[in-house]
Amino acid sequence: MDRRKFIIGAGAVLATAPQALWALNESRASSLINSLVTDINRVIASGKGESAMYRDFERIFQRYSDTSYIAAYALGADGRRASSAQKRAFSQAFQGYISRKYGKRFREFIGGKLEVTGVKKVKKWYEVSTIAYLKGQSPFEVTFLVSDRSGRDLFFNMFIEGVNLLLTERTEIGSILDSKRGDIDALIAELHRLS
Amino acid sequence: MAYMLRPHKFLFALIFAAFAAGCANQDPVARAAGEVFDPYEKTNRTVHAFNRGVDRLAFRPASKGYVAIVPAPMVTSFSHFAENLSMPGQMINALLQGDLKMAGNAFSRFVINSTVGFAGLADPASEFNVPPVDTDFGETLHVWGVGEGAYVELPFFGPSTSRDAAGIAVDFFTNPLGYVEQNTADNISIYAEIVRRMGDRGNYSDTIDSILYESADSYAQSRLIYLQNRRFELGEGEEITEIDPFELNTEGF
Repeated sequence: MDRRKFIIGAGAVLATAPQALWALNESRASSLINSLVTDINRVIASGKGESAMYRDFERIFQRYSDTSYIAAYALGADGRRASSAQKRAFSQAFQGYISRKYGKRFREFIGGKLEVTGVKKVKKWYEVSTIAYLKGQSPFEVTFLVSDRSGRDLFFNMFIEGVNLLLTERTEIGSILDSKRGDIDALIAELHRLS
Repeated sequence: MAYMLRPHKFLFALIFAAFAAGCANQDPVARAAGEVFDPYEKTNRTVHAFNRGVDRLAFRPASKGYVAIVPAPMVTSFSHFAENLSMPGQMINALLQGDLKMAGNAFSRFVINSTVGFAGLADPASEFNVPPVDTDFGETLHVWGVGEGAYVELPFFGPSTSRDAAGIAVDFFTNPLGYVEQNTADNISIYAEIVRRMGDRGNYSDTIDSILYESADSYAQSRLIYLQNRRFELGEGEEITEIDPFELNTEGF
């Protein structure tokens, strides 16, 4: 190989390699959701006590989801007046709260399964479509949004039959905050109470 | 067609629908921004408090008792029965929407389930792979171009919009089964529908309890969930509009 060709070749490899190696793509987006589902099923099948399960769900949530995005979105515009200590505390309290809120419903998932049916790229993220088959219920659509914003592949929102879970939680957080007259510390305390 | 038999009833319903659906619609810009169009919020909240009371005192305990006492396969059967009774009406709605395929499916479902399916108690149509049909006059109005209108919470029925409320009224007054001579099918469909709803309330009790009794503002939660899900069903949910995860300031969280 002559020198010129080698340089061009090396340049091309360098230019494309990072993308091939690091960029999120369809198969990585769907494999993230597949392993998320596997982990959730493993916890449910473990037959542990409920509080041990909540801790496991919280760990799964931390591992697979973009927790800082989710917390920032849920707090919404009120996040702008929060101090960094409050933001950190809120993020942590929110994780416990959400793991318990959804973990509490694990019984509905026993014997059920989630099947990945498709992936598509939307703007800078991926939409992973799945169908949930739960015992005694008609199958329904669950969509996960996955991005590598944080440097890792993580899901940052999900939709159940068109219902945006993050928007639902933002509304809920807003309602709690209203009931505390806008006091962010009181909101954090309330989330701890609920988790 | 059944509508022809009692034109005055149908006309009345249609005028009512046009009136209710013709009411104010949301400014498209506000809707795109994700705002909720709820000009009757005060009244709606009163109705919501009433509905919650009815649920807590009567509907929830009755439904929980129902699914606890009646074996699950029977609960499913009764639900199939109610669904089957709604098929002729759904077929007409499918025709009004110009969807011949859906009308055909509704027709096949009704014929198969009413005969082989023991008067609708079983659902062999699904085993024969007849696709499910789930439509209503609210959807017909949507297909005709009527906008969603304002959010309303109806007594007993729960969350709705002015368009869908008109749809419920029309479906109620024009159920074709109600026109068959000398039968009480009209009442049977109503009772069957109540029983079906009890089955749903009992089977999904954790989900519904968490919305009604465990959220900080159950009215706002029900409203948001209803609107998003209804738009999704009608296929008018905007493409999943999402704050770009790269644009939100997540520093500190």
